[in-house]
Amino acid sequence: MLSIILLSIFGIVVLFLGFQKSKNILLPATLLCIAIAFAANFVHWNDAPGLYFKEMLFENRLTMSFSAIVLLSAFLVVALTRGFADDEAAQPAEYYAIILFSLVGAIMMIGFDNLIMLFLGVEILSVSMYVLTGSDKRNLRSNEAALKYFLMGAFATGIMLFGIALLYGATGSFNLTDIRGYVGTNSFSISTLLYVGLLLVLIGMLFKVSAAPFHFWTPDVYDGAPTVFTAFMSTIVKTAGFAAIYRLLSGSFEGIYNFWWFTLAAITILTLVVGNITAVYQQSFKRMMAYSSISHAGYLLLSLTAMTAQTPDAIVFYSLAYSLATVSAFGVLMAVAREKSVQSHENAEDFEAFNGLGKRNPLLAFVLTVSMLSLAGIPLTAGFWGKFFIFGTIVERGNLIWMLIVAILMSAVGIYYYFKVIIATYMKDGETGALRVPPFYRIVLIVSTTLTLLFGLIPKLLS
Amino acid sequence: MFPQVAPSIPQVIQLIPLNNYLWLSTALFVIGIVGVLTRRNAIVVFMSIELMLNAVNLLLVAFSSYRSDPTGQVFVFFIMAVAAAEVAVGLAIIVMIYRNSRSIDIGFLNKLKF
Repeated sequence: MLSIILLSIFGIVVLFLGFQKSKNILLPATLLCIAIAFAANFVHWNDAPGLYFKEMLFENRLTMSFSAIVLLSAFLVVALTRGFADDEAAQPAEYYAIILFSLVGAIMMIGFDNLIMLFLGVEILSVSMYVLTGSDKRNLRSNEAALKYFLMGAFATGIMLFGIALLYGATGSFNLTDIRGYVGTNSFSISTLLYVGLLLVLIGMLFKVSAAPFHFWTPDVYDGAPTVFTAFMSTIVKTAGFAAIYRLLSGSFEGIYNFWWFTLAAITILTLVVGNITAVYQQSFKRMMAYSSISHAGYLLLSLTAMTAQTPDAIVFYSLAYSLATVSAFGVLMAVAREKSVQSHENAEDFEAFNGLGKRNPLLAFVLTVSMLSLAGIPLTAGFWGKFFIFGTIVERGNLIWMLIVAILMSAVGIYYYFKVIIATYMKDGETGALRVPPFYRIVLIVSTTLTLLFGLIPKLLS
Repeated sequence: MFPQVAPSIPQVIQLIPLNNYLWLSTALFVIGIVGVLTRRNAIVVFMSIELMLNAVNLLLVAFSSYRSDPTGQVFVFFIMAVAAAEVAVGLAIIVMIYRNSRSIDIGFLNKLKF
């Protein structure tokens, strides 16, 4: 819980650093703040689990692992913002401060023990993301993405709040433990309000993690937002959202598994099919990544539907593998698109941007290949073990094998569009001339690729 | 279907049954949803969202007084504070769009299509 306090203070400190003439200190300062918060996250590792702030927040090793993933991906994404601040006439300090504040929201979502904290966490994270999405102020696409994200996000929050109000009406408490107690003791006379409330809260949360049929905003928002913040959204918001759904379902509603598993199963199948099939038809790499993030939400939901003892480990590993691969994919895109947008303003983010990358910069090509293989779930990468653990939970549940078959078919479809990128990189001829990559980018990309391969070779490392 | 009324709450509150509050706020909430889905003007969509949030506030206050439990009313304060922050950000986004495109009709915004 120390990390929440520290991040809030650091956010204010970074805002004040913005008063200085030199903007160069901001990025290292923000990275340092996130690194300190990452270390502070593990302070209570040995005396977990614990409740903090009058039973408002909960902390155990699972929530700490989720927070660690969020902070690690935030560190990598923030390291990629180098150069972003240069073309921005406005104050970069504000963006860094908003990033730090949004992390507070994410950690609150991961470790809530009271629905008030869930609401506050979701809102802190979402409101920060609305601002960051629209941070490219002169660009109409960025504006449009911000408005769409804002309207859809606020709409989803409204639905979630109505659900929370109904849960309160049924149980008389916002506390997860009390709700669990209500569900346990009144298992034969559960109020209808509770069922409706649970469904509405789930709909609100599924909106945030962009599961079908609530995904329609995702491609537009991911496409329009500046690429750094697309990476931020698709890693941090998703990890925190799934941690929150897991916490809600396992913390309070395990007793009525028979009620919600079918709804979740239907949404999972729809998400997997819609995400993967639509991704095949995309021309723009960013839109393809948006649909691929929808399909990855499907795999994570698959494990939530199974809800066995192995589910938390599977979700943690999968989120980590997914975040690392996504950050490096977007990092390569930024390095390539920046070079390209200097020459022409058209289609800097299409697949063609990667044509001939294998010759222009072998390092970038290798990083992109590893991240695509990891997202597709090919062995020797972290993504393979992520999928393996997820499918393992389904097998453990037993009666959901039909879902496993759909998921495996869909990951075969996934291989098609991920390999399209790899083929463009190595087989197609594009521009020639070496591509220069800033040293900071190179470090981030090497770190995330190394981690992906390391967890792919030794998945036991994380436990 | 509904929880028992706590004995300590004043008679005045019980004059209107809890069910009525539930139906009223559900009606307001549905009006809000329909507004979000059908209106074209960003400000009106925005107002519909506020209507949804206020329906929630009403419901929370009703549940809270029928249970004589203050937690629900505390939550209402949180919702109001957060909704105010959201309004600030949302109106800023709308102003930004108006500056660039001289319109706040959400149908005008169709740059992001494949």
